[in-house]
Order: sequence, then structure tokens, then C-alpha cells
Amino acid sequence: MYKVYHRIDQIAGNVITLNAPGVSYRELAEVTSPEGTSLAQVIRLEGRRVSLQVFAGSRGVSTDAKVRFLGHPMRTSFSEALLGRIFDGSGRPRDNGPTLEENMIDIGGPSVNPAKRIIPRNMIRTGIPMIDVFNTLVESQKIPVFSVAGEPYNQLLARIALQAEVDVIILGGMGLKYDDYLFFRDTLEEAGALSRTVMFIHTAADPTVECLLVPDVSLAVAEQFALNDKRVLVLLTDMTNFCDSLKEIEITMEQIPSNRGYPGDLYSQLAARYEKAVDFDTAGSITILSVTTMPGDDVTHPIPDNTGYITEGQFYLRNGRIEPFGSLSRLKQLVNKRTREDHRTIMNTMIQLYAGYRETLEKQAMGFRMGAWDRKLLKYGELFERELMDLSVNIPLEQALDTCWKILAECFEPPETGVPTALVEKFWPKTRIEESASGEADRPAGDAQSPAAEEKAEAGKAVAAEASDKETTTGREREAERSRAEDEAAQTGSESSQEKKDTPPESGGH
Amino acid sequence: MAENIGKIVGINGNLLTVEFELPVRQNEVAYAILDNLRLKSEVIRIRGRYAELQVFEDTTGLRVGDAVEFTGELLSVELGPGLLAQIYDGLQNPLPALAEECGFFLKRGTYVPALDRSRKWQFTPVVSRGDMVSAGHALGKVPEGIFEHLIMVPFAMAGRYRVAEIRPEGEYTIEEEIAVLEDEKGKRHPVSMVQRWPVKRPVRCYAERLRPTEPLVTKIRIIDTFFPVARGGTYCIPGPFGSGKTVLQHLTSRHADIDIVIVAACGERAGEVVELLREFPELTDPRTGKTLMDRTIIVCNTSSMPVAAREASVYTAVTVAEYYRQMGLDVLLLADSTSRWAQALREVSGRLEEIPGEEAFPAYLESVIAAFYERAGVVRLYDGRTGSVTIGGAVSPAGGNFDEPVTQSTLKVVGAFHGLSRERAEARRYPAIHPLESWSKYAGVADAEQVEYARRFLRRGNEIYQMMKVVGEEGTSVEDFVTYLKAEYLDAVYLQQDAYDEVDGATPAERQKYVFERMIRILKTPMSFKTRDEARRFFQDLVQLTRDWNRTPMDADEFKQIEEKIEKAVAGVTRYV
Ligand SMILES: Nc1ncnc2c1ncn2[C@@H]1O[C@H](COP(=O)(O)OP(=O)(O)OP(=O)(O)O)[C@@H](O)[C@H]1O
Ligand SMILES: [Mg+2]
Repeated sequence: MYKVYHRIDQIAGNVITLNAPGVSYRELAEVTSPEGTSLAQVIRLEGRRVSLQVFAGSRGVSTDAKVRFLGHPMRTSFSEALLGRIFDGSGRPRDNGPTLEENMIDIGGPSVNPAKRIIPRNMIRTGIPMIDVFNTLVESQKIPVFSVAGEPYNQLLARIALQAEVDVIILGGMGLKYDDYLFFRDTLEEAGALSRTVMFIHTAADPTVECLLVPDVSLAVAEQFALNDKRVLVLLTDMTNFCDSLKEIEITMEQIPSNRGYPGDLYSQLAARYEKAVDFDTAGSITILSVTTMPGDDVTHPIPDNTGYITEGQFYLRNGRIEPFGSLSRLKQLVNKRTREDHRTIMNTMIQLYAGYRETLEKQAMGFRMGAWDRKLLKYGELFERELMDLSVNIPLEQALDTCWKILAECFEPPETGVPTALVEKFWPKTRIEESASGEADRPAGDAQSPAAEEKAEAGKAVAAEASDKETTTGREREAERSRAEDEAAQTGSESSQEKKDTPPESGGH
Repeated sequence: MAENIGKIVGINGNLLTVEFELPVRQNEVAYAILDNLRLKSEVIRIRGRYAELQVFEDTTGLRVGDAVEFTGELLSVELGPGLLAQIYDGLQNPLPALAEECGFFLKRGTYVPALDRSRKWQFTPVVSRGDMVSAGHALGKVPEGIFEHLIMVPFAMAGRYRVAEIRPEGEYTIEEEIAVLEDEKGKRHPVSMVQRWPVKRPVRCYAERLRPTEPLVTKIRIIDTFFPVARGGTYCIPGPFGSGKTVLQHLTSRHADIDIVIVAACGERAGEVVELLREFPELTDPRTGKTLMDRTIIVCNTSSMPVAAREASVYTAVTVAEYYRQMGLDVLLLADSTSRWAQALREVSGRLEEIPGEEAFPAYLESVIAAFYERAGVVRLYDGRTGSVTIGGAVSPAGGNFDEPVTQSTLKVVGAFHGLSRERAEARRYPAIHPLESWSKYAGVADAEQVEYARRFLRRGNEIYQMMKVVGEEGTSVEDFVTYLKAEYLDAVYLQQDAYDEVDGATPAERQKYVFERMIRILKTPMSFKTRDEARRFFQDLVQLTRDWNRTPMDADEFKQIEEKIEKAVAGVTRYV
């Protein structure tokens, strides 16, 4: 009963307009021209005039192209048979498998009733300290990786996907480079994860607007798996391409852009997708990990900006590392109170001190003399970056927390860190002398002791070096030097540390 | 009543163009008919024979030629006992009831009455036959949780009435007649416990509006001491994403010293609402001993719910707030985020092809925002009591830049500005309210002169810090350095507050006064240190000690002990002249 139309009135951008009665809003049509057949969707109705967005683009579409309305909005097939398969943005097989047509489900369906959601409660372990310790990933979270082009964000996504304990992985690729597509496929295959993966891949070579369907198809399928009690992880890369396609359509439709050419409803459009992340009260869950490449490395650009307002935090990937600043997991507090009692304090303390380190770096760059405190921070920052930030570090959360304490103890005395006294008593590593005496048996394997020893030696050298150019310093500076030397000495033994702790009140009092 | 049916002639997103024949009203409610679904809509523009409607639902599947039913009624909410502890969507559908009916997902075209029709309420009349009454006058009362819920003459009933009949004490449902009122012409009007009120019109049944003067204690130190909010006042919290707007509002909804809290989650994350609706029934309100939910109403239209209903949600919330204000209660409305509501206006305005203003927001944005905040206030009711609505709105400026239309329009009308700073949030200095840029026109809990002193101190500390960035620490005198450290100390132990600590998370007014005075004393104490490092070290210890103090209940012995330690430490470095 589907009528076929042959007269297209207008072709502009990727939107074609024709006259057809009885068409419903968002209905799907097939547009066939010498270039091939593409899906198209109704985006505006004015009387008999119908505007269709053509997913494969309008290139080569002729005025007498065949337009066949399908009588329903966009759908996709859902069944277990999807697992292990690879499709394109419109749901056509990209592998050599059969086209799936059973159990068609609507995509872009209604949102979950907030009353049916539950508070997320499960941590997803990644083995990456910058995530596990500082910005814990939580089941049902929606969180993007903010990055500039060229960063290893797809590697990061793949690594998390493989490490995470989930039942189903869905990869939605938008404007994916072919190499990256192969990378994902091969990595998942090597890890034996392909059989629990479904891929919807739109590559950079495909028509741009076709990527618009990828998030909806991926999430509709994810939703079905989740309703069937599965824990699903959806990877969406790169959402910036999705937004740019929205912009393209908007411009074609002559809508008034709101911000740097992007549509005023960018927020709602993104939210409609990201809000599909959910933990159902009596079924499975959807976690969304996406990539947003920031044009010009500018976080205030409308795409990262709107994304940040929607997602539950973000991971900043810069120079191959997850940055502690700007990165944020907003759900972390839901899980990190139950991991280990020191988790929260460590998280805050380490970051505050790292902020101090960054400040000191600035001061150093400006050529200021580094005081004792500055040098402590410098040492701290270096250790922090090497033992925690480096993406090659792959250790469980508990071990990462131990490493944090070790770094703190190596660089500071308890009061300098602001850690509550009770936790200091329980977790602060006893002096290293004791430590080495009692052996390393009860410490987790891989806990680097030797670099620590090295650091100590270096610190000692520094003190010695300073002592030699004392002549040039003024009396007041000498005083500072003395206290700094004391500070440094304090790190090596518990007795002097004890002494030092008691000094401040009297040393200043007269 | 003749049915007024129109016909769809155009569809663009959630905007319908409808041809009509019988008269239609601006802002009246209409239903687009899609097979057996009725999709709620609102008339937002009329041109000639065509009305433009925003649909509060997804429009997928509608066709040109489909019927639209006009109702003649403006978009309204139901007011009556049973609103408290409810969770509504933007159109006042109770979400738990929808979940029972439709399961996991919201189903378009499904509407459930806001108030339970079968529940019985224990009614006690407070008027007698023959009494003269007018709109807003109490006719009786029913207990609703911890409050005495007044049953009032419907606000829409203009003029004076004589009570012709009033039901005796007893149990009634909200739809049963509880009184009959007779107007001056002798016409009889039956009245029940439920009334309807159009959301976009302020309720004005009061004797006069008063100036908001009394502080509303939020138990957040930087707010109550430095940038206070007044009962019946307005304030806004602009901030870039992730800077802590929602956390701040949640803390306020939990700890604020107020009768009723209405949370309007407008176009934000569903997960944040879930936190409230799962946690509040478990938390006790220290004021009443009942659960927090008993004093809370949640109106939520989260970001993936239909955009048009987002706009309605803030109005639904403020109307319910005004209703409880009419009972002499103090109500706090927290809206997160007003920017999403403004964006909803922008989306519609764009589809209407109106001439856009800055950043494509409609030109009338400013007046719409002003009118919304104007609905806050303290009022003296006809019976002499006062009630208030306080409005706090989060603002989400694009790019975190306050120089944008929504923030600017809001700043023009509110009484306090709590600007959140990305730098402070990233340095985990929570709450990230900027201590130098924020302001308030209201009086707070602490002594105004001391607050001014502290503020000057913070400013001076910041100047020194800025200077230090240029000249380095060694170019800064020890004296200046100590001033800087003192300012940092005040920031660390007073402005910053650990939201997740039971004690530190909520500081009552009394404690704030007490602690703030000690802080001022420390700031004023001249101190001498030989070196900057020595000074830094001293303050590191002092911060540690004071933070421990902040985490200790005021009535614990330890509180005094730590206080003595702090005093001793300070005495140890005091320069006596
Ligand atoms: N007072 C606080 N104490 C501790 N952590 C906080 C505080 N305020 C904010 N945070 C941290 O910052 C995160 C983001 O805060 P929040 O969700 O309130 O930001 P927001 O300003 O509402 O952002 P958006 O505009 O995107 O909604 C929180 O999840 C929490 O981790
Ligand atoms: Mg928020």
C-alpha cells in the first residue's frame, strides 16, 4: 500500500522536499536514485509539503528519484543474533552476515520514568588509577572522554571496555577512521570479546548525516539488552561528528543558530541520547562512555560545553594522560564511600597537593627561587605523574591507594597534607626505616620500593648541594634553609618528624 | 459545551500549526489526537485562522489533517491536600502513578490526576454558616503530614461570599463538597478541597507584600555568613558545568531552615532526581523528626523528557509554592536549571521564527525571567499571618561565561548572587562560590562589620597572592605572607565545607556566629614568624586542627578541647605589642 512518489521539488543540503499527502511525522522513506537507495526521515510537514532528511546525503539524487514512504519511523531489529555482528549507521550489515529483520523495535523511544531508576551503586573497575581512585567510573554512568584529535582516546575506550565487567559491549562509531574501526574490531577479537559485542559503525568515508542514526540505534539495542537483565556498556566515538551533522541539517533547514552556528536544541538532542544511561530497578543497566573531541582544544566550544552539562562528569585526555583537573566523575561519591575508608580523603588530598605542584611549576617557569615547600611539591608532582597518571599503570584500586600513601609519606609530613588525624594514624606508612626492616612481605606486589630509595638519595644530594652555597644567602634565607633542611631530614626518621611536629608553636612564640 | 475541533496543517518538531473555526484562547490547552492517544499541547500563538501549538510530547506519527481538540482551559495545576511528598512531572502527573500504569518508560498521552481521588482527609471547619469570606480565606483545615493544610476559598473566586453551608468535622475526599458559598447575587457555588489555578498567573490573595528581611539559614557557612539569602528573597547560582550547582541545591533542600521545599528539576539529569527521591524518604528532618520527604515536593522534567513541558515545570512548581505560602508557610523553591527553561523558550521561539535576540534567545527573555522571580516574596495574608516563597535558581551559562543573556537577565532581578567558579571547583574548594565576586543584598547571620572585615581580608589576601605570582614568595614580606596565609586559612576552614561530613556539612546559625567570631579574632591577632616556611607550617597545622574542630559536634567535650588547642596554638605565635 506504500505509495511511490517521483517528483522532488527541492533539493538543498541533505534535505529534499516533495508533495505527498497522508505522511506522518518522523516517518521513514526510501529514496532511490541512480546513486543507490538511502533511508530518509520526515523532518517537517507543511500542508502537503514534506521535507525529508536523506541519510546518505543528497548527492546525485535526481528530481525524479523514487521516494517510497514506509509507514513507520526508524526501527532496528533486536535479538541475541546481533551479538558478534557489525552494522553500518542505518543498521545494514557491514560484515558478511545476514540482514536481520525479526523483532523490529523503534529507535529513539521515550525516556525512562525517573521513578523507575535507582541510585547507581556499582563501581566499574578499570585498573587506571586516574579513574579508579580519583574519578571512579560507575555502572550506569554517562561520561565522555574530552580530548583533542590525535590523542589515544579510542585505545582508552577499548581498554576500559575490555577491563570492565559487563555483559554486552555496544560500539557506536561516528565518522570513525577506517583504521580505528579495524583497531576496535581486532582488539575486541583478540581479547575474545567480539562475541559479546555489537558494532554500529559509520566511518569517515560514509555520508556524514548517516552518523545521526548511530547513537539512537546503539542505544535502542542497548536498552533491550538492559531490559533483559544485561549490564551493557555503550561506547560512542566521536560524538563531535554527530553534533556537526546536526548542525548541517539545521543550516539546511534555515533554523537560527544559537551559538557558533550550532542549533539551539543541541543540549536537548544530546541529552535525549545520553539520558539513556540507566540502572533499572529490576533489570540491567546501560553505561555510556563516549568521546568528544574538542575543536581547538576549547572546552567552552558548544559541543563539549553542552556535553559537560549533560553527562555525569568527563575524563580529560591530554598528552596521553588523564588530567586530574577538569576530569570529574560525578557519581564517584556514590561508590567511593564503600571501597575503602581512606579512598575519599586520599582522592581529595592528592588532588589538592597536585594543584599546589602545578602552581609551583608555574613559579618555577617564571624563574622564582624554589623554597622548601616548593621542592616538596615538585618531588610529589613527579612521583604522582609517574606512578599514577601514566596510562601504562594498570593496578587495582587498593594498590593504587597504597601507592598514594607511599607517595605522600615520601614527600610530606602528615600535617602538611591536611589528612584527618584518625586516617593518618591508620594509614600513614610508618617510617621507611621500619618498613624496610619489617620487609615488604605484606605490601602488595609491584609496590615500587627502589624508586623511593632513589628519591631519598636524591633528596640528600639536594640538601648537600644547598649547604655548599649558603654563603650567598642572607640571614633570613639562611633561617629558611635551615628549616627546610630540617623538613627534609624529618622525612628520613620518625623521631625527628615527631620533634618537628611539636616545634611550630614555640618556635614562633616570644 | 460545543466541542471545538481544529485540524493540523503543519508539523515542525513539537510545534503544530492548527487551523480552527471556533474561537480559541492564547495559552489554552488542546489535545492533538493520534489514533487513541491524546497529546497535550498549549496554544502559544494565534495568527488569523491558524493557531500554533507547542506539544508537550513527542510528535512522531502525527499527520496533516489530524484533529486537535481545544479545551478552552488555560494550563493549570490542581491544588489541594496530598501534594506534599509527591513527585510530579512538569505537567503535574505523579511519576510513581505513571510508573504503575506504564512501567519503565514514560508513555506519551498518558495523564494521571495529580491528587488522589479516593484518599480521605480529616476535615475540620473553621468558619460557620453566615460568615463572609473571599478568595484565599480558610474554610477549614486537614492535617497533611506535619502541617495543617488549610482548605481555602478557591483563588479564582472573585468578590465576597457568604458561607451558606459548611460540612461538619469528618472524613472527606478532595472532590466531595465541603461548603457552599453564596455570592452577592445569591448564586450558590459548591466548593471542594481541590481547586485549579493557571500556572502562569501569580496568586495574589494577600493583604500586602513585605520586604524580605529575615535570613533563611541554609547551614552553608559561605552563604549564611557572607552571601545570605532572605526568606521571601531570590538568589541565583550561575556556574559552569560541574562546579557544584546541583550539589549546593541538594544540600540546601536538605538543611534549609524552612517549612516546605519544592525542587524543580528542570531539564537536568534524571539521576539527580533519583538521588532525592530515593534518599529523602530515608533522611530525618531534624526540625520535625519526620522524613525530609514529608516537607518536599519534587517537580521534575528531566533533560530527555519533552522540552515544552520543561517550561511548564517551573511554573507548576512556583504555583504550588504560592499555594502553600497562602497557608502562612515558608516555602523554598529551588529550580535547576533555569537555563534549560530559557532554552526551551528559545527552541519554541526559533520554530515560531520570531526575531531572535542575543544568542538566539527570544527578545522577551528578560521580562519572562523577571516575572518568574517576581513570584517570590513575603506576604501578609488577610488573617495577619505571613507566608513566603523564596526562589533560588541555578543558571548554566554557555561556556561558563556569565556574560550571557540568561545570567545577565537573572542578575538584574535577584537579591543575591552565588557565582560558582571553575577554578575553585577544580581546586576542590567546595562549595565553589566565589568569595570575591558573589554578592547579596540581604542581611546574614553574622555581624555585618565583622563580615566586611573578613571580606576585606580575603580581598587583601588575594591581592598578595596575585602579587606573589609576579614577584615570587621571596619578593613578599613575611608580614604580607602571613596576611595571605590568614586569608587562605579563613577560606580553608570557614568558606570551604565538607558536604559529606555529617557535622561539617551543616552548620547551624548559632555555631556559625560562634565560630566566625573566633575566626575574626584569629585574623586580627598580630603574629610573628621568622620565616615564611615557618608561617606556612604553622597555618598548615592550624588548618588541620580547625578542620578537625569543624567535624566535631558542638556539644561534644572534644569541641572545647580542640578550641583550646587552637587558642593555645595561636597564643604561641602572637606578637604582643
Ligand atoms: N560541595 C561539594 N562538596 C564536594 N563535592 C562537590 C561539591 N559540589 C560539587 N562537588 C563535586 O562536583 C560534582 C559536580 O557538581 P554538580 O553536579 O553540583 O555540578 P553542577 O554545577 O550542577 O553541574 P551541571 O551544570 O553540569 O549540572 C559533584 O558530583 C561532586 O563530585
Ligand atoms: Mg547540575
